[in-house]
Amino acid sequence: MILTPSTREHMTTLLDAAILSDDAPDQIAFQLIASDAPALTVTRRGFFDSSRRYASALMAVGVRPRDLVVIAHADLVESVAAFWGALIMGAIPSMLPTLTEKLDPAIYQRHMAELVRLSNVRAIITDQAHVSMLAHYLVCPVYGSDSLLTHASAICDVSHVASAQEIAFLQHSSGTTGLQKGVALSHEAVLNQLASYAEALSLDDQDVIVSWLPLYHDMGLIAGFIQPLVQGIPLVLMSPFDWVAHPALLLRAIHDHHATLCWLPNFAYNHMAGRVRAHDSDGLDLSSMRAFVNCSEPVRHDSHHKFIERFAPNGVRANQLAVSYAMAENTFAVTQTRTGEAPTIDWVDQQAIQTDLQAISIPSNTLTAMPQVSCGRVIANTTIKIVDLAGHTLPERHIGEIFVKSDCMLAGYYHRPDLQPFDADGWYATGDKGYLADGELYVIGRSKDLIINAGKNVYPSDIEAALADIDGVHPGRAVVFGIADEREGTELIAVVAEVDTDDAAVRKRINQTIRGTIARRSEITVTFVTLVEKGWLIKTSSGKIARGANRDKWREQFGER
Amino acid sequence: MNADTVRAALHDFITRDLMRDPSYTIEPDEGIITGGLIDSFSLAQIGVFVEEKFGIYIPDPDLTVTKMNTLDAMVARVVRDVK
Repeated sequence: MILTPSTREHMTTLLDAAILSDDAPDQIAFQLIASDAPALTVTRRGFFDSSRRYASALMAVGVRPRDLVVIAHADLVESVAAFWGALIMGAIPSMLPTLTEKLDPAIYQRHMAELVRLSNVRAIITDQAHVSMLAHYLVCPVYGSDSLLTHASAICDVSHVASAQEIAFLQHSSGTTGLQKGVALSHEAVLNQLASYAEALSLDDQDVIVSWLPLYHDMGLIAGFIQPLVQGIPLVLMSPFDWVAHPALLLRAIHDHHATLCWLPNFAYNHMAGRVRAHDSDGLDLSSMRAFVNCSEPVRHDSHHKFIERFAPNGVRANQLAVSYAMAENTFAVTQTRTGEAPTIDWVDQQAIQTDLQAISIPSNTLTAMPQVSCGRVIANTTIKIVDLAGHTLPERHIGEIFVKSDCMLAGYYHRPDLQPFDADGWYATGDKGYLADGELYVIGRSKDLIINAGKNVYPSDIEAALADIDGVHPGRAVVFGIADEREGTELIAVVAEVDTDDAAVRKRINQTIRGTIARRSEITVTFVTLVEKGWLIKTSSGKIARGANRDKWREQFGER
Repeated sequence: MNADTVRAALHDFITRDLMRDPSYTIEPDEGIITGGLIDSFSLAQIGVFVEEKFGIYIPDPDLTVTKMNTLDAMVARVVRDVK
């Protein structure tokens, strides 16, 4: 039975999930596929057993209900079992990225130590290979899953009775800034979201979900992991690292498993349209898909267009492309377009958007016409309003900040009573700008400096802080901003730094160091590194570097080379 | 087609199309991905480029950060299959 608003009363907590029920124990819970290994299938019974082994082992080592358990594990099968194991015994799990070959271990250790300190992490579960790298630096125990599971027992006697209102798990956004704001979600909020979202998607038991998304990101965690397991829908998972280098893997999975639903950030449409080799896509049938849901970064009409053109021979049609506006603070989805229908395209006057903050419809062949792709209507029990700077609610087609209120919002930021997410009337200010037209939401940008690069939230201040230590770059004389890029379908990252030297070799070393430092620190790749002479950067009257003004200046001087 | 031609074509493609900085000179053994010059998404792009330019299909298990991190490694992998 699919959880929807009309069946909502049958579930109280995530422990009522289909995946943990005794029905159909031999049904497939999920499959893990890879470009270089055979598929691995986990049945409901297998999943239930391995989750309970984690639950019993966590209890045996002294983890108690309501303790925070961080899972940063390179193996997806172990990660998901550990996550549910922690849930079963009443702890609060949170998925975090693992150390990769690119990242600097020292910086990773520092980030984890900071998280442990700020959020009072009780234990970390990682793969055996990463234990010693973390254990020396953290004040909480670090368990390799192999050694943790030696404490597992056949009996898993959980005394904790979960309540609907208690925190189920945390979602963290990326970067230093993100680590400091764990989004705490209650069982009730998550189930409310899944119920409303299932209705919006017309989810049914014939659906099959495929996902390459990382589990530490809301889209991967909720849409590509919690949702299928709670709803009892088969899931086909792959590693994000495998998919980025081998984008056809996702298409092959759709073909092989007759998949129907998949969530993708906008850049992924460009990535697959431009980087799947004909050899790898010939003969694949993608017509089983009900919806490719574009979500988590601004949706571009052009990206959809490229995707349809490239994969039309494989059966991709415009009515398979859906859109959702989502955020971790609302558990996940806020809006969703109707599946089976192409999203509405609203052609509006680009100039009026900028000068009058209005979305005025004009014919698509007008010079200043710009296509806005609809994000659809709000899901059940969620409301939005568009608000101007003075706090007044705006009518349709007026641009302002998007505010959200729902029954699936965060309980708060974990251990951060100083950060109040809601205003006095319970509204959450998203920081995104948009407008409503015929009841559908259009998102046009952000009021904060956040960059969304390939679906990842990047805070410019985090990167600027990393630049402060680079030899040859003066502290406080570097700026980071995003540059919207049509080919990639996402924002690329640009660094502009003032340097004193004209020596080509020294300048190259600074360029390399900037790129290398940022890659090792954050798994982010900078596309544009521009070194400028002293005094180039524009500062505000208070002496701060103005990102917007510097971006405009950079675009004028260096853009479109 | 010799190694120098392959190297020049790859260098040009990576700096111009992926790094968007044609003035940059990549050292033969410089970590292109681990050094943050390009991201791992670009590996797939290199796969497409190599197929279009040289008619060589590099299978997925060879298209990895470990095996394609330097210009030297890429050139060697391409030259191996050049007819």
